[in-house]
Amino acid sequence: MTDLNSKIPAGPLEKKWDEHKAHLKLVNPANKRKHTVIVVGTGLAGASAAASLGEMGYKVLSFCFQDSPRRAHSIAAQGGINAAKNYQNDGDSVYRLFYDTIKGGDFRAREANVYRLAQVSVNIIDQCVAQGVPFGREYSGTLANRSFGGAQVSRTFYARGQTGQQLLLGAYQALMKQVSAGTVVHHSRREMLELVVVDGRARGIVTRNLVTGKIESHVADAVVLCTGGYGNTFYLSTNAKGCNASAIWRAHRKGAFFANPCYTQIHPTCIPKSGEYQSKLTLMSESLRNDGRVWVPKKKGDHRPPNEIPEDERDYYLERVYPSFGNLAPRDVSSRQAKYACDEGRGVGPGGLGVYLDFGDGIKRLGKKVIDERYGNLFEMYERITGDDPHVVPMRIYPAVHYTMGGLWVDYNLMSSIPGLFVGGEANFSDHGANRLGASALMQGLADGYFVLPFTVSDYLASGGYAKVDTNHAAVKDAEREVQGRLDKFLAINGKNSVDHFHRALGEIMWEDCGMARSKESLTRALEQIPKLQEQFWSDLRVTGAGADLNQELEKAGRVADFFELAQLLCYDALKREESCGGHFRVEHQTPDGEAKRNDAEFAYVAAWEWKGADETPELHKEPLVYENIQLATRSYK
Amino acid sequence: MRLTLEIWRQKNGSDPGRFVTYEVEANEHMSFLEMLDVLNQGLIAKGEEPVAFDNDCREGICGMCGFLIDGQAHGPNHPGTVCQLHMRFFHDGQKLRLEPWRAAAFPIVKDLVVNRSALDRIIAAGGYNSVRTGSAPEANAILINKNDSDQAMEAAACIGCGACVAACPNAAAALFTGAKITQLSLLPQGQPERYIRVINMAGQHESEGFGHCTSIGECQAVCPAGIKIEVIARMNKDFIRASLKRRETTPPATISKSGSPYA
Ligand SMILES: Cc1cc2nc3c(=O)[nH]c(=O)nc-3n(C[C@H](O)[C@H](O)[C@H](O)COP(=O)(O)OP(=O)(O)OC[C@H]3O[C@@H](n4cnc5c(N)ncnc54)[C@H](O)[C@@H]3O)c2cc1C
Ligand code: SF4
Ligand code: FES
Repeated sequence: MTDLNSKIPAGPLEKKWDEHKAHLKLVNPANKRKHTVIVVGTGLAGASAAASLGEMGYKVLSFCFQDSPRRAHSIAAQGGINAAKNYQNDGDSVYRLFYDTIKGGDFRAREANVYRLAQVSVNIIDQCVAQGVPFGREYSGTLANRSFGGAQVSRTFYARGQTGQQLLLGAYQALMKQVSAGTVVHHSRREMLELVVVDGRARGIVTRNLVTGKIESHVADAVVLCTGGYGNTFYLSTNAKGCNASAIWRAHRKGAFFANPCYTQIHPTCIPKSGEYQSKLTLMSESLRNDGRVWVPKKKGDHRPPNEIPEDERDYYLERVYPSFGNLAPRDVSSRQAKYACDEGRGVGPGGLGVYLDFGDGIKRLGKKVIDERYGNLFEMYERITGDDPHVVPMRIYPAVHYTMGGLWVDYNLMSSIPGLFVGGEANFSDHGANRLGASALMQGLADGYFVLPFTVSDYLASGGYAKVDTNHAAVKDAEREVQGRLDKFLAINGKNSVDHFHRALGEIMWEDCGMARSKESLTRALEQIPKLQEQFWSDLRVTGAGADLNQELEKAGRVADFFELAQLLCYDALKREESCGGHFRVEHQTPDGEAKRNDAEFAYVAAWEWKGADETPELHKEPLVYENIQLATRSYK
Repeated sequence: MRLTLEIWRQKNGSDPGRFVTYEVEANEHMSFLEMLDVLNQGLIAKGEEPVAFDNDCREGICGMCGFLIDGQAHGPNHPGTVCQLHMRFFHDGQKLRLEPWRAAAFPIVKDLVVNRSALDRIIAAGGYNSVRTGSAPEANAILINKNDSDQAMEAAACIGCGACVAACPNAAAALFTGAKITQLSLLPQGQPERYIRVINMAGQHESEGFGHCTSIGECQAVCPAGIKIEVIARMNKDFIRASLKRRETTPPATISKSGSPYA
């Protein structure tokens, strides 16, 4: 059995990272050029890591599947990024950000990782401002902040409703600077389809050139995966259409443990589905809950238009149930309450699957101008999609799959269970426990890429011990053959149904049986249904076109094939975690008033799964979560 | 609603390409791309190859989508991307012609998909502030006038879609290039490299084969991010200043296309 060593440094919490960093090995400047590092993904985590490693002098090969690195899904993040700057003098501190994040994660994250995240958060803001990221400012010229769910301080930095875009463009520009300096060679429209492992170490990747269809191999001394989350397992989610799990899933099959796959986040404020053809769901930023109030009618089946429902017949349920956090209760909690309201028959809109997010009072209190300054582009986006103006009619929202806290298991150095394979950003499991607070994914992505990976990857490279490998190595050739074989297979099935048909069906099972409320019964059912659907996929799939061309159906087929396998691990993990925590809600484990009931005595561990083969049950490795500094408490936002 | 679509089909860069006519059944709640999804599902069912079009976020922010609808970049509803365009803007029986961005600097990859990596190379030529990771000063140490910062944000909102190029009779990427130059030149952090940046980015723009701006203004009419033509004036002003300040300029360093992923 592989040893699950988290490598958390000894010593007091506040000193762990500095002490550890001081002892990490360095590569001599003249030798850096001789090391090649592959970075897959150009989102916040990948672009910042590749730019920083390139700037340090390593030879970096970077990859993304879109036509430009600037289009990584991070671009879509709207609301903001947290940092413990305490610019508002409202009592914020590194410790408070650390504590909020651990508590927000329902005490299922590692103390040391989260503390480091809070520590480097302040450097991120400095870095981005220097790059020219136009964060919102006060008239005094200082940086402005807003509040986000799960916190009682105002620590979120933002660039209108386009924070992710601006942070990503900052990182992308840093990356392109290194491309022009020649330290980074970037490859767009390349999809990683296999990891190459030589002598137990990650040494390369196999990619498909999405334009020419060519299968290509790239070797290196270390491989860094920053390939984002797996929310699209559910088909409908707030993720971009191309988001996929293939890179991490291929690595998992090659020996990287997958941690806590069942921790998925359902975001409370998204635009509800409008029909069968729906291709994705659109998020309305959580920041809207600063000034918007969530409500449903008190009466069941009240079909009056919202403006005709008098004040005393409205149930502002978040304010009622959680008086101290109100509309800013964390995501998992808010989503569940929306589900309860709709389950009771008090939902609004088609099918009763919606609740109101109302800006009437906000506009009265602050004026239209202030509201527009804060949320103008979100209001426009809402109106463009639905045809309704939120200044006049409350928004209609419903929860949707949004983020995945689980991911490849990594140690404190962000190295997976395969030596030389590092994982950053949403692709790893490291910092958010069972639920991520708003504005902390951007923080984590950039923390990993700018401030952690450059040091820990260097330490690995400096430690040496690996032989030279080139693309003629047998392991590379084997991986290429595997990839080619799979692609040929998709094209040869020649069945009747499209990839989307199967993906949508998989998504329906996942949403119904492994969504906001999970039970032994629903998960068992999902674990019976998914393999059946998977079998149909492999026997009845139709992929048109050829392999030697741009072929979007072929791209999707590979991704969905991997989602089928991951979906089963996700459900299996959910079945085995006999407790409710954060985004993982098991109906068998709840308090009398419907809140998640953790079981710390038995489940205060990270579940790291080892792949054993396509028809084998995966093996569970437990990493106990040891809390040295904080007391495990019942999470309460009342 | 039933629509007739004339779509540009081109197998790859060397195929000459042609329009092919399709019929599709849609409804007003769909997005334009969802309507194309429906068309494509139908084509797959018939064993034909679906129409290739770029898209990812489908929220109007990643800049990946974009093609011409009846000659208009991103279609009739400005400002907005084609992924944010909804079918309620069309009516039953309408006939629409879809074709890819047409510009020498954007070679066609397939159907409605083009290669926009020239825009990446313009950024690589100077669209950044050089700041080593970890070496930045405390963020509030330099105060920035809110008005400047807001204007920088407006210019920074460019999504890099290339619609401005497609709409321009000269196929210039001046709006795109000017937007980045404006953003960085409005901020104190952008000053040290202000003049070398404009020389290098304009030089790259030239060497990519984009045309010259003659202030026609079609670009700002189609820009989904609301970038204003003023950014081009600002770029031109900085370019003239930079040319006069000879001591700060070095010969423009252009980036070769052999770094291109398709080379
Ligand atoms: C709509 C939306 C709004 C959000 N808002 C916020 C917010 O306000 N604040 C916040 O903190 N977080 C927010 N999040 C979450 C946050 O945006 C993401 O978690 C984060 O940006 C992920 O960054 P990343 O670098 O890990 O991955 P991504 O940005 O997803 O990048 C993944 C990269 O990997 C590449 N890639 C993937 N697979 C392959 C492959 N097989 N081969 C080659 N390349 C591959 C892609 O091309 C891409 O470059 C939001 C998320 C969504 C969906
Ligand atoms: S300036 Fe506007 S049209 Fe041109 S690339 Fe940017 S967003 Fe697209
Ligand atoms: S798909 Fe991202 S902008 Fe249209």
